[in-house]
Amino acid sequence: MTGYIAKIKKISKQILDEGTVDMVIGFRKGTLALMNEPCFAKTSKAVDDFVWDGNCGINLANYLTSRKEKIGIIAKGCDSRNIITHIIENKIDRDQLFIIGVPCKGMLDRHLLSAKFPDEILNVSESEDAVIIKGADYEETLPRKEVLQENCSVCIHRNPVIYDELAADLVEEQADLDRFEAVRKIEALNAEDKWQYFEDLLATCIRCYACRNACPLCYCPTCFVDESKPQWVGKGQDTTDIRTFHFLRAFHDAGRCTDCGACVRACPMGIDVRMFTKKLEKDCFESFGWEAGLSLDARPPLDTFNPDDPNDFIL
Amino acid sequence: MEHMGIEPGRIQFSWVSSAESTKFVKVVNEVTESIKALGPLKHFVKAKAKVV
Repeated sequence: MTGYIAKIKKISKQILDEGTVDMVIGFRKGTLALMNEPCFAKTSKAVDDFVWDGNCGINLANYLTSRKEKIGIIAKGCDSRNIITHIIENKIDRDQLFIIGVPCKGMLDRHLLSAKFPDEILNVSESEDAVIIKGADYEETLPRKEVLQENCSVCIHRNPVIYDELAADLVEEQADLDRFEAVRKIEALNAEDKWQYFEDLLATCIRCYACRNACPLCYCPTCFVDESKPQWVGKGQDTTDIRTFHFLRAFHDAGRCTDCGACVRACPMGIDVRMFTKKLEKDCFESFGWEAGLSLDARPPLDTFNPDDPNDFIL
Repeated sequence: MEHMGIEPGRIQFSWVSSAESTKFVKVVNEVTESIKALGPLKHFVKAKAKVV
């Protein structure tokens, strides 16, 4: 996957030089290992900073909201699905975009790796199947498959759904996965254990809102947690308020979440906030056969109705 | 809500037309009874701020 970069740079330079787009959004090396950062290249010279590896887990669709210029964007499977969601929700025009599709083989789980190596990781390099982790006084090689983000290991849309040009040949999609195994485990608990599960999950939340800020769906001009008239939710560290923030945010993402994992990657405390959104993804799939961001022509389930919609929850 | 640990039956939905007054009364009575049987809500309750 690291071999894609030459083609990514070539396409980016070409569309910038030809004036097809005003800028290209990609990734450059971050200041810390495992953390590549978004890069907005407006000249073909700036494209030289671009990188591509397993640390490009941030969802770039997040930077498209209400932009006016013509934009080239590098899109993995999940980014492309969020781009479709953005187009459906009128946050950007398809005509404004030149999408450079990148078939993805999964991103590295930075929380897992940091936990595995308590001494700071200074450098990470990758081959097709292995990851080499280097610190001040250690070096270890791990199989790539074992250190992927959880959302990537259960991903069935690795290839971009929408693109103008591909940076590499399409990859084989994963099959025979139980995508919702983790959710089913929670569903099997009784009410008290469920409560406790989420209580423990959120115990370390500091309400920095990094999950919200990294999420391409969270583009409201004023988020409900920031409103003060009326104040929907308390602003402190009360556990009820923390939980209200997380579960309401998940509800706002119902039928829209593509399980890109940007929220989990952004979380400084390593909380698996996907456990809220994943349940809604499962419900949408089971009730409406819906997966977000697969087509420009289908309306999302919460945006439309059908006489056959399940309504057995109504007494 | 049930997924995150609120007891089943605590939240109920019903569809009552403005012309269905008897159904409305029936639903309200049933909901009140079943919630009373569940007892007070244990979770998701915020303690009131103490006024000194």
